[in-house]
Formats: sequence, C-alpha cells, structure tokens
Amino acid sequence: MKKMLTGNEAAAIAAKLARVKVISAYPITPQTVVVEKLSEFVADGELDAEFMKVESEHSALSACVGAAAAGARTFTATSSQGLVYMAEMLFIASGLRLPIVMANANRALSAPLNIWCDQQDSMAVRDCGWIQLYCENNQEIMDTTIQAFRVAESLSLPVMVCFDGFILSHTAEPVDVPEQKDVDEFLPPFKPQYVLDPEKPVTMGPMGVPEYYEEIKCMQQEAMRAAKEKLVKVDAEFGKKFGRRYKLLERYHSDDADVVLLTMGSLSSSVKEIVDRYRERGEKVGLVKLKSFRPFPVEELIDALGHAKAVAVLEKNISFGSAGALFLDTAASFINVEKPPLMLDFICGLGGRDVEALQIKEAIRAAARAAESGEVRKAVRWLGLREKLVGLRT
Amino acid sequence: MKLTAGAVITEPGNAAKNKTGSWRAFRPIIDVEKCTGCGICSMYCPEPAIHKGKPAKVDYDYCKGCGICANECPFHAITMVPEGKR
Repeated sequence: MKKMLTGNEAAAIAAKLARVKVISAYPITPQTVVVEKLSEFVADGELDAEFMKVESEHSALSACVGAAAAGARTFTATSSQGLVYMAEMLFIASGLRLPIVMANANRALSAPLNIWCDQQDSMAVRDCGWIQLYCENNQEIMDTTIQAFRVAESLSLPVMVCFDGFILSHTAEPVDVPEQKDVDEFLPPFKPQYVLDPEKPVTMGPMGVPEYYEEIKCMQQEAMRAAKEKLVKVDAEFGKKFGRRYKLLERYHSDDADVVLLTMGSLSSSVKEIVDRYRERGEKVGLVKLKSFRPFPVEELIDALGHAKAVAVLEKNISFGSAGALFLDTAASFINVEKPPLMLDFICGLGGRDVEALQIKEAIRAAARAAESGEVRKAVRWLGLREKLVGLRT
Repeated sequence: MKLTAGAVITEPGNAAKNKTGSWRAFRPIIDVEKCTGCGICSMYCPEPAIHKGKPAKVDYDYCKGCGICANECPFHAITMVPEGKR
C-alpha cells in the first residue's frame, strides 16, 4: 500500500515490519522521528519489542550488542555526533559479528555545530567493519532496511543504512509499504549461530592474543567480501517478491558515456535530472550511483566506469589532508588497471549546502575539459565554495 | 581447530589451556630452608599458581612472575630471579 512517508518514518516502519525484538536508541536531530515512531509502536502494542531507553548513543549501541548476543533481532538509529559517540561500540559490534541493523540519518559533524546533511559522519566510521548502504529516496530506505536484516543475519555482520538528513529524513514522498505477510516470508525469524545462554555457556568477546587476532580480523574481511555476493542475491530475491531492485550500484546512462559522475545518496536524484538534460542534447554524460560503500564493489565499479574518459566524483565528505573518501577508494580500485579514466573529486554539499544544478554542470564541464585535454590539473576541488570567504579569491 | 566467527569460545572453562607461564620475566624461587608452609603466598597469588605446602610449590606453567608471593612472604623465603639466570 502506498503511503506518504518521510525517510525517518520509512526506516521505523521497515524495522517494525522486520519484527525487531530489541530497539535501543537515543534521539538526535535529524533521526529523532525514527526513535519516536518505534517507541510509539511499542507503547501502542503494535510491535512486540523491548524498547530500551538509555542515556547516550554509546549506551544505546552497547545495549544492542548485549541484545544481539542474546539472540534478539536488534535495531538502532542515530546521526552525526551520535554515530561518532558510538564509534567504540561500532568496532565491537562488528568484531563480535553481531547482525545489528542501524539507520543513520547523515548529518554534518561539529564543530562548528551544524545539524544539516552531509555524509561526513558515516564516512568517519567507514573502517568500523559495518556494511554501509546509501539510499537515494524513501522507498529505498524502506526496502534497504528490510533487506539489511537478511544480509546481516546470514553473514553475522552489522549493517548501517545511511540516508541524507532532512533531504530524505524529513521529506515525505509516496512509499510502497510492503505487506507484513510478504515481509515475514522474505525475512524469517533470526536464528543466531551462538547465543548467550546460561544453560549452554559460551564466551563472547575473549582476549584475542597476537597468535589469533590477525586471523579473526581476516575472517571479518572475508565476510565483507562474501557480503558483496550476498547483497546481490538478497536484492534479487527482494526484487522478485516486491518488484524493486537496487544492486550494488546503479548505472544511469553511463554505459556509453564519456563523462560519468559518481555519487551516493539523494544527490543521485539531482544528478539524474541533469544527466537527462545533457542526454536530450545528445551529449554522452552518465551517472553511477553507488549504493554499497562497504563492501566497496571494486570489480563492478571498474566495469561501470572503465570505459569513461573522465569520472567526476561528487561527494559530501572530505578526509582532511587527503581527498573525499569515495574518490580515494574509486581511484584505488583502478590502480592495477590499464588506461584508467581520468578522475576528479568534487567536495560539495557539506553541512547542508545545496548542490545546485549549476554546480553539477560545472563538475561535468570540468570533467569534459579533462577528457578532451587528457589531463587533470587539479584533482580535488570544491563545488559551490564561496572562495572570497576563505581568502582564496579577492 | 577452526576459529569461530567473532572468536566465540564454545567450550566453557578452557582458560587453563592458555599457559601464561611464558609471560614471565622473573621466576619465583623458594628457599626450602626458610619456607614454613604457612600458605600466605598461595592466598595472595592472583592466578593461583603457587600452592600451599612445605615447601610451597610453584606451577610454572601458569606463574606470570608478578612477584606478589615474594612481596607477601613473611619469612622472605621467595626470591624473584630474572628468567634465564640461575
């Protein structure tokens, strides 16, 4: 049934449809409605789950770790400062191989204090061993969250479902809400491999001495590699049942394009509009929208971008002193490939700055110039930057 | 042996398999003449890797060489000797 839902509502309803057993979360803008909705569902008896109120995000994820270890399907949601406050527990959840699912409404990090959207928060914890999936619209939030439990539980890996704060979290659009019985068929109850049970004692979280630690970390990496295949398989099954598929990445008029843009999240929608305009004029511009940032689909990206003359990465994060995280991983993917495309990185949309059509066109023009001349004079640039304010131009 | 996902240990009470004696830098040596067999050393040993008796007996498989026994012995019957020296 189609409903008008915000991204936050879509995430909360998806968790309810997944019949989560334990929710522990702490409210933070712009994620608050996820927590609010779920606590309402529990209070109204619509969802048979334990809602654990805690005093911080660190405690929220700690509670989730305990719940998941005890064998409960577990959900949490956060944003920005909350996510980085969870950082310590993020690594523990993945190291213990607990299939927790989290909704993260992407928001900028302080300082300066900023509650608006960028993807710096989840990028800051990209190495924490969680699968990271980025959503373009509210339907994708709904569908990805439901899929996330299947993927998480089959590989014992936690999953972070990321969606842009305010742009998606607070914007209502029509979302097809799956029927409970269909979700039940798609997502059977969680059957954990190991459970904390006094009748059958096990040790979770032992000391990992140097003789074993490296192997245990390697197993996490192998699980992440397997996750790529699993994401594709689960997505295909989901598509068969619900008629919607997302894949690890989407190719939008990119297969014959000389200039290809690469984005994650809601910005992809804006870029699609611009690509359409170029295509109307017969110009070979395309988009690759990356959904799965972790695991990073190297082979698929090489396949999708390899033919391009120039790739322009548009991303809402920066690794200070280096470049944007998406650009870095994309560039690294081509390290042993013959004749890779030229690559440009455009840092944009930080702290809620609008990424306007003009700026997307500016990126396309710069990439086209690079493609024509065969050289990139400046690989990392800022889009929509008011240069006068930082003294870069008088 | 194959490691489990998340390094879960499914066999309870297997800490004894981890012989911590290799951590030791100093070895407790009992002076049999001075030892009265009072057992205070065994009460203080955090492992426990020293057992009451006359003389007290050190389990070198597990003794980490912390030196608490030597510190607590009222008869100064235990000396900590660097490993590799006699």
